[in-house]
Amino acid sequence: MSDSLLRVESLNCYFAGLRAVAELSFDVQPGEIKAVIGPNGAGKSTLFNMIAGVTRPTSGEIWFDGSRIDNLPTFRRARLGIARTFQNLQIFREMTVLENVMVGRHMQGQSSVMGALLYTPAMRAENRAMTETALDLLARFELDTKAQVLAGDLSFGQMKVLELARALASKPRLLLLDEPAAGLPQAEAEHIGQIITTLNRDGMTVLLVEHNMRMVMSLSHDILVLNNGLRIAEGDADHVRRHPDVLAAYLGDAEYA
Amino acid sequence: MTVLPMNTAVTARAARPWHLSDHARLLIVWFALLVIPFLAPNAYVVSLANMMFINIILIASLNLLMGYGGQISLGHAGFYGLGAYVSGVLGVKFGLSAWVGLPAAALITGLAALLIGIPVLRLRGLYLSMATLGWNAILVVLFNRLVDITGGPNGLLGVRPFSFGDFALDNDFRQFPLVWLVALLVMLAILNFLRSRIGRAVRAVATNELGADAVGIDSFRTKLLVFVLTAGMAGIAGSLYVHVNQFASPETFSVSSSILLVVMVAIGGSGSFWGPILGAAIYTAVPQVLLDYEDAELMLFGLAMLIVLIVSPTGLAGIPAALRRRFARRPA
Repeated sequence: MSDSLLRVESLNCYFAGLRAVAELSFDVQPGEIKAVIGPNGAGKSTLFNMIAGVTRPTSGEIWFDGSRIDNLPTFRRARLGIARTFQNLQIFREMTVLENVMVGRHMQGQSSVMGALLYTPAMRAENRAMTETALDLLARFELDTKAQVLAGDLSFGQMKVLELARALASKPRLLLLDEPAAGLPQAEAEHIGQIITTLNRDGMTVLLVEHNMRMVMSLSHDILVLNNGLRIAEGDADHVRRHPDVLAAYLGDAEYA
Repeated sequence: MTVLPMNTAVTARAARPWHLSDHARLLIVWFALLVIPFLAPNAYVVSLANMMFINIILIASLNLLMGYGGQISLGHAGFYGLGAYVSGVLGVKFGLSAWVGLPAAALITGLAALLIGIPVLRLRGLYLSMATLGWNAILVVLFNRLVDITGGPNGLLGVRPFSFGDFALDNDFRQFPLVWLVALLVMLAILNFLRSRIGRAVRAVATNELGADAVGIDSFRTKLLVFVLTAGMAGIAGSLYVHVNQFASPETFSVSSSILLVVMVAIGGSGSFWGPILGAAIYTAVPQVLLDYEDAELMLFGLAMLIVLIVSPTGLAGIPAALRRRFARRPA
């Protein structure tokens, strides 16, 4: 229990009296891929936003690696090692693909304003190192040929991969993925799925919210099912697939096979 | 060897390693401008060139704030004025040299920007513009009303020029190298800044604040930093202005000057490194051409902005790239 990377404790979130998330507690263990699923309006996005720092919980606690984070602004959570992607993409469209990934490494930089204005050797060395790391990362994701292209000119699928590369640039310890496959054709969704599996094999802990059942079932070690803000099931794919409450919640959902 | 078909914009970008080349280009442009006093041995033209260099600092710093930092400030002329009065008053009332006034102007305008920025930068878009406009209006009132210090509406008189011992930079030809050099240093600093980690963070925050937050950038501090930095640059321009003209009066730093500076950033090309040089040239030259028609000047600037923004939303500096793209699309 105590060695979990992320711990959520009796988390509640109400919007104008409406329950979005209620008394939710769970852990994310280091090295696992955990998925949160549920029908529309189940509270997945609210939960995700509370962990990422976009939405304040009404009550409850969120702990990351021994520090309480539910009152920290997003950038402080990022500095602790929580990186995220967005369902509707928040990339820097007017900057190049390379610059996007370099901005992802912002936290690792040391250079000062004075160093920047004077273009000191230390600043230049930092720039070179950041460029190199960013290019390596882009090469891993087969985006290196697009390094000098404006991010806004990429295809939707490439933007999704770029955002993932930007998130990884900071060498996070927990990766939050908000519907990584949303809007992608099956082949590209599978590509993203492969990337996530590879990352996890290299030790990355992942928490993801996803609609694509095939992806969730094949990737995740542990699946948390929400409905109306409440946990209705938690366990591995087989357990969740057979759980009567899950079947009831998804009844009629063609996506669920 | 096979030549891969590539998007022209990409090839162009890849073909010029931008670190070296923009610095080199800047130096080439600046050394070309160095011939002005030799080609036009005429004090009037050189005095205009001096004003142009000061305006370059002013417009380039506003462009850094606006075009790259995404904050539209209608108070830039106020910081310019604050720098001018700080540097001028330190000389006139306290007998300090202009060489002390220059860094003091940068420091105090920067400090003022820090104090005003902490509450104001929580606002966005139009609200930020209105708040900075209010700040500019307050400064103009102070320049006018603190008669004992500023000389009030009659202006600050008796400002001494920059000097090296007995050698005073008291004519246009002697002032030229100084304003030329300071403008170059400011342009270099801006170029360096844009190429740095912090410069990228500034652009990232302006482009997408949610994205910037997610990678651990403190958006507020980043905005405050660029606000303070550009105000300091405006302070430097103000100090140069007051010691070159040996005079300052409140109307130079009015809200309408601030608005015109924003227009000049847009005409030159907001978010283009080279745009402010064009903007400053126009800002300096046009009023001289239309000396007798003050209303026509405003009309012309207004019209120019409409035309530029409709024909080339990226400003004058964006025209070559737009043309290149147009020709490149044609099948060979």
